Amino acid sequence: MATRTMQFKIYRYDPDKDNAPYMQDVSVEVDDVTDRKLLDVLTKLKAQDDTLSYRRSCREGICGSDAMNINGKNGLACLTEIKDLKQPVVLRPLPGLPIIRDLIVDMTQFFKQYHSIKPYLINDTPPPERERLQSPEDREELNGLYECILCACCSTSCPSFWWNPDKFVGPAGLLNAYRFIADTRDQATNARLDDLEDPYRLFRCHSIMNCVDVCPKGLNPTKAIGKIKEMMVRRAV
Amino acid sequence: MSIPVRKYDAVIVGAGGAGLRAAIQLSEAGLKTAVLSKVFPTRSHTVAAQGGVSASLGNSEEDHWHWHMYDTVKGSDWLGDQDAIEFMCRKAPEVVVELEHFGMPFDRTDEGKIYQRPFGGHMSNFGEKPVRRACAAADRTGHAMLHALYQRNVRAQTQFFVEWMALDLIRDEEGQVLGVIALEMETGEVVAFHAKATIFATGGAGRIFYSSTNAFINTGDGLGMAARAGIPLEDMEFWQFHPTGVAGAGVLITEGVRGEGGILRNDKGERFMERYAPNAKDLASRDVVSRAMVTEINEGRGCGPNKDFVTLDITHLPPETIMKRLPGIREISIQFAGIDPIKAPIPVVPTCHYQMGGIPTNYKGQVVLEDGATVAGFYAAGECACASVHGANRLGTNSLLDLLVFGKSSGDTVIEDLASMPKAHKELPAGFADRTLARLGRLESQKDGADVHETRLAMQRTMQNHCGVFRFKDKLEEGVRKILDIEKQAAQTQIKDKSKVWNTARVEALEFDNLIEVAKATMICAEARKESRGAHVRDDAPDTPEFPNGRDDKEWLKHSLWYRDGNKLSYKPVTLKPLSVETIALKTRSY
Repeated sequence: MATRTMQFKIYRYDPDKDNAPYMQDVSVEVDDVTDRKLLDVLTKLKAQDDTLSYRRSCREGICGSDAMNINGKNGLACLTEIKDLKQPVVLRPLPGLPIIRDLIVDMTQFFKQYHSIKPYLINDTPPPERERLQSPEDREELNGLYECILCACCSTSCPSFWWNPDKFVGPAGLLNAYRFIADTRDQATNARLDDLEDPYRLFRCHSIMNCVDVCPKGLNPTKAIGKIKEMMVRRAV
Repeated sequence: MSIPVRKYDAVIVGAGGAGLRAAIQLSEAGLKTAVLSKVFPTRSHTVAAQGGVSASLGNSEEDHWHWHMYDTVKGSDWLGDQDAIEFMCRKAPEVVVELEHFGMPFDRTDEGKIYQRPFGGHMSNFGEKPVRRACAAADRTGHAMLHALYQRNVRAQTQFFVEWMALDLIRDEEGQVLGVIALEMETGEVVAFHAKATIFATGGAGRIFYSSTNAFINTGDGLGMAARAGIPLEDMEFWQFHPTGVAGAGVLITEGVRGEGGILRNDKGERFMERYAPNAKDLASRDVVSRAMVTEINEGRGCGPNKDFVTLDITHLPPETIMKRLPGIREISIQFAGIDPIKAPIPVVPTCHYQMGGIPTNYKGQVVLEDGATVAGFYAAGECACASVHGANRLGTNSLLDLLVFGKSSGDTVIEDLASMPKAHKELPAGFADRTLARLGRLESQKDGADVHETRLAMQRTMQNHCGVFRFKDKLEEGVRKILDIEKQAAQTQIKDKSKVWNTARVEALEFDNLIEVAKATMICAEARKESRGAHVRDDAPDTPEFPNGRDDKEWLKHSLWYRDGNKLSYKPVTLKPLSVETIALKTRSY
């Protein structure tokens, strides 16, 4: 078995015992055959020291639990190849949200913004006995939108969200807002646009495109935001 | 020592598909409901389901719930209860259409209806030929479903307790369930949720095995809690090994790949399933396909330098089909196998995937004891429950259907049962939290104990080596001894992390308490069942003229019940009588 030593610098903070956060230098033996992803190595690090705290669940990039800041860039630990990582690998919690412990952040503000866009289908006509019909072309409009896993990589890489997390919906929330606007079965388009027509909620987006750069699912919130803006212009004329 | 108590009409433990579906019923009915989840709801493992949810909508070709029922009974190798199976298959179109109304982004046919694809074991006209029954949102059906269900709960203003882990059931002397004791992970606080009704929707325990498609969180918490409260676990010897986990990584590749035309091949490039299932071929039932794959590997026809996997080939499909119908699979193959399936076949091996057994319930979601009596105040739905609709082997896409149908029916039953219950909560028994606090106290003060990570690994390896796709009499006997040995260490786990705040070491130790209960139940039930049926196949019960496929209906057409106390085993009859149609008569299974 080919093993090698990897160096890490990990953000540590346990409010129960630490006065202040610190960066911890640790090393671990990795096996290039079995340890392919950063999460595999975190599991090894945790076996060495069970106090290391982070969220994880599906380990295949679909649940969105293990988002963190990896060598300065947000990403999912379970999808990050270790062979591509420059050492020492610097691991920090997602930026811009309150830190609870080690790599675990308080996501309340992030979900509050998600909930603020009414993330559910609004259709007040009585439901038919069978499914509501939708053409394959109309359904295709939802591609690139419905796949969001709410990992928060995008919103916590966005300077506008760092400055105004309470007022700016953020890329994840806006992508999801457009997911419902774009759905032909949803009847609340106007109300949704009204809600976003606000100097902060939508217009704090300055198209820096950090969100696009970090999305582990390859989604494009900036494009969705652009489409919302376009619809606002179109209904104004 | 006393702990804070919060009162609710109902508490739901788990916010995956079943928990969220139940929560919609209760919240929309105006009941004061608390939903507890170890993870934010959309991170629950339902999110990882890929291929589809079954319903005889007949959107592309003729289909009928009765055919779906037949396939499910046959898939279960006749161990499924036919009343529950009829209930589920008849309800399927209704709950799937409802889900569409909730906003689920199903793929569409040209007419705008829900897209349906073929799947393993789904046949028309009582087993004749494959039928399109699996309703799909690309290959992300579970993700789309879980988010749609969560979104509907946001609309219904359901009250969630996110990142709370339930530790134990509260059950009084009369056997009534009065809620749960739970740990808030962020603060370490322990709180009682005092409820008139408790619904478990805690998912499976696939992490008892070393190689599993399951998420880290699938630790059988509901099963552990039920077992500690004296409730038996049903049919725990039956575990589904999904044919196509990515070799090495264990990550799932949906059966929908074969539904879309994917072919399994051995080292010679041969489509070997033609030999094992001449009619259904690659779309035979999962247990059949997994065994065929392991046989190929064992007989030296595996692929790769170690000849230890077979391949799943879709290189003959048009790239547009792959991009449109299987985009997630392509992503997973590139990420975890380093292979683009448009260009090269995917290396796959059978991987532990689904727990057919669980907490015994009826089709209304009520937990039932050996004599058929219900446990007052206690309900279960989804993978943690055993209704039993999957019997000895689950059909693909019936898991997502299970959680919709029984999530909803358990919610409806709670509403009905609460209407006839007294307005006031029944008093909590004295010392209701003692056992839980003692367990936590033991963990805090344990010295020179066993390492959680190492001990868990020993359990997982033992399960993998002694209780896999093919089972052997002597291996099972040895497995029982080993697991009982590991249990002794599991009772003395030690953690170094003593923090109150987000202590994941403590959570993992508490999860291990649940895993070990499930591992024991599995190994002991498997050792005891001296026949081959569905996913449980042993060397000393081979295929003979007297016992085709090794199945022994005279002795073993019965459900296993395992009790934690003394590892006692008991059995109860299979319900062969459906609700309205005739019994689907026993037959030898072939595809």
